[in-house]
Amino acid sequence: MDILSIQILLQATLRMATPLIYAGIGETFSEKAGIINIGLEGYMLIGAFTAYATVYYTNNLLLAVVYAILVTALFGVIFAYLTITIKANQVIIGTALNLVGVGISGYLFRILFAQTRKAQPVRTFQQLPIPALKDIPLLGPSLFDQNILVYGTYLLVPLAAIILYKTSLGLVLRGTGEHPHAVESLGIRVVHIRYGAVIFASILAGIGGAYLPIAHANQFVENMTAGRGFIALAMVAFGRWNPVYVWLAGLLFGSTFALQLRLQAAQTIIPYQFLQILPYVVTFIALIISHGRSLQPRALGIPFEKEGN
Amino acid sequence: MTAKTKPFSFFRLINFFPPMLQQAIILPLLALALTLLISAVLLVITGYNPVTAYRYMWEGVFGNSRVFTEVLLKSTPLILVGTGIAVAFRCGVWNIGAEGQFYAGAVLATWVGIHLAGLPPFLTISVVFLAGFIGGGAWAVIPGWLKVRLKVNEVVSTIMLNYIMIGLTSFLVTGPMQEAKKVFPQTDEIVVAARLPNILPPTRLNIGFLIAVLVAIIAAIILFRTPLGYAIRTVGQNPETARYAGMKVNQSIIIAMLLSGGAAGLAGAIEVSGLTWRMFATISPGYGFDGIAVALLASNNPLGTILSGFLFGALRASSELMQMNARIPSVLFKIIQGLAIAFIIAFSLLSRKVASEKIADRAEAVPTTGS
Repeated sequence: MDILSIQILLQATLRMATPLIYAGIGETFSEKAGIINIGLEGYMLIGAFTAYATVYYTNNLLLAVVYAILVTALFGVIFAYLTITIKANQVIIGTALNLVGVGISGYLFRILFAQTRKAQPVRTFQQLPIPALKDIPLLGPSLFDQNILVYGTYLLVPLAAIILYKTSLGLVLRGTGEHPHAVESLGIRVVHIRYGAVIFASILAGIGGAYLPIAHANQFVENMTAGRGFIALAMVAFGRWNPVYVWLAGLLFGSTFALQLRLQAAQTIIPYQFLQILPYVVTFIALIISHGRSLQPRALGIPFEKEGN
Repeated sequence: MTAKTKPFSFFRLINFFPPMLQQAIILPLLALALTLLISAVLLVITGYNPVTAYRYMWEGVFGNSRVFTEVLLKSTPLILVGTGIAVAFRCGVWNIGAEGQFYAGAVLATWVGIHLAGLPPFLTISVVFLAGFIGGGAWAVIPGWLKVRLKVNEVVSTIMLNYIMIGLTSFLVTGPMQEAKKVFPQTDEIVVAARLPNILPPTRLNIGFLIAVLVAIIAAIILFRTPLGYAIRTVGQNPETARYAGMKVNQSIIIAMLLSGGAAGLAGAIEVSGLTWRMFATISPGYGFDGIAVALLASNNPLGTILSGFLFGALRASSELMQMNARIPSVLFKIIQGLAIAFIIAFSLLSRKVASEKIADRAEAVPTTGS
């Protein structure tokens, strides 16, 4: 492989990793606060459809991201109400959310676009090369000749790490997932923190979903997330609930998507099905490698019951 | 706080009914009713007449004997998959991998069904079923073993195994297992002796539905009337208690996964031996995922999956007819599934809360009135 193809592969890796990174960082915050959300895939599909429809009707990319955020946040509130307030099982409600996500995005897409043959390509976020930086050999074009949502992850990841490990908010958040009763005894409402974390996660998954039709492709396709929400879930465990490692995991899985597409285009003798399942096989192997739950937040998945009730 | 009083007074009403009746019939029907109501609102917003839509659905189920038998055919895999998922969920294992297990069972059953010659039908079909059970069971035991040995999260691992199995199937039917003619991405037909007898010509109804009902009943007996079932349920409720009581927690989880995947694999085998007679890449339209809703709506009671499997089979079959006749996208069915799950869970939690408050009220009342 020559320098140029490595560079192209790197560029594609970052592009494929971006939606995973958004969803994965959000889920990290949610899980740090003690709430596991299996419904990431649903959020992403809802975000993807909202963004596509918004650009289609308004031609405004920024508005598309804003709407994707608002709509997925609404679903985040519903998820939070069911799992935090009435303490429903998080896995079950997450599963329901996935079904609703697949259903509602597919239903509206067919009604508004597919059945009437109005499904057309939309405007997308264009590459925004950063002068000077993009001329760095090898890494320059890969890192600094991307669209704005990719750049967003460069800010998001360090920011997430700083918030989580260097601020009092981060301390409270981590405490909420480890020792919720200790946090509550400090006069901080665990329920509020968890609502915040869940809604934050839904917003980021919404952006990750929006990325697919308006930055990666220029079209919405039913089920276009293709399991990325689940891969993001695996990233969080593989990345040991640390934003920086989760980011690295995102790059790894992103590279499998990029490699898979590239090998398919290169027409190797490997059957295409093996290339298609590559991301899932790598995720599965990564799960096995990162086994053990010693680093998992202690109160993950457990509804918070106030003492003395 | 004021918002809380509303549902509570409502759930006080429901608590007049005995708990068993609540769990098995009242709450599921209530959840389904509210789901259909919300879906009706969605239909109105998107410019459809919900009355027409639901009428098409009703006709799609009870319109004539042909559509009704199609519903039973759709219910068959759902009851089996739902039963399997119920067993895993009862054991506290989140098996989301039934879709892959269905494929694994169907693949192995097809392979056996093609190559098994010279045996009488009953024996051939039994071997094909066994192959389906083993295929699905083995594909489920992998994440089960990884969970107990390496504490690998089964939700993510089973989902990844879905994608992997579906990809492998696609490879098999275009490669090593492709039909001799090498035209379509499908296998050759299974031998005649491996095919399930039709019980109601000219419809496509075969004995698969009866087998599914029988399996659900057997699963309920295992779960509620045997030491194994007791261990599975105890592990699901509290693994620490189970361990303390001397139960083999890890073993229970593995067996629960074996049964769970086995039921999904059996569903795959019945689909092949009863309907398609061959394997192709899209043999399941998502039965493995529907099974989750089936199990949850039945409160993870295998007997209840007979009803909820029929309900979702009816929804699936009739939503396809609704799409054909009224051009209402059949994916509406996914929304209905998701909402039904959320409502049944929310309702049972709220009614349980009201019930426990009632008990608390009584407990407080005792010292003042009684001794």
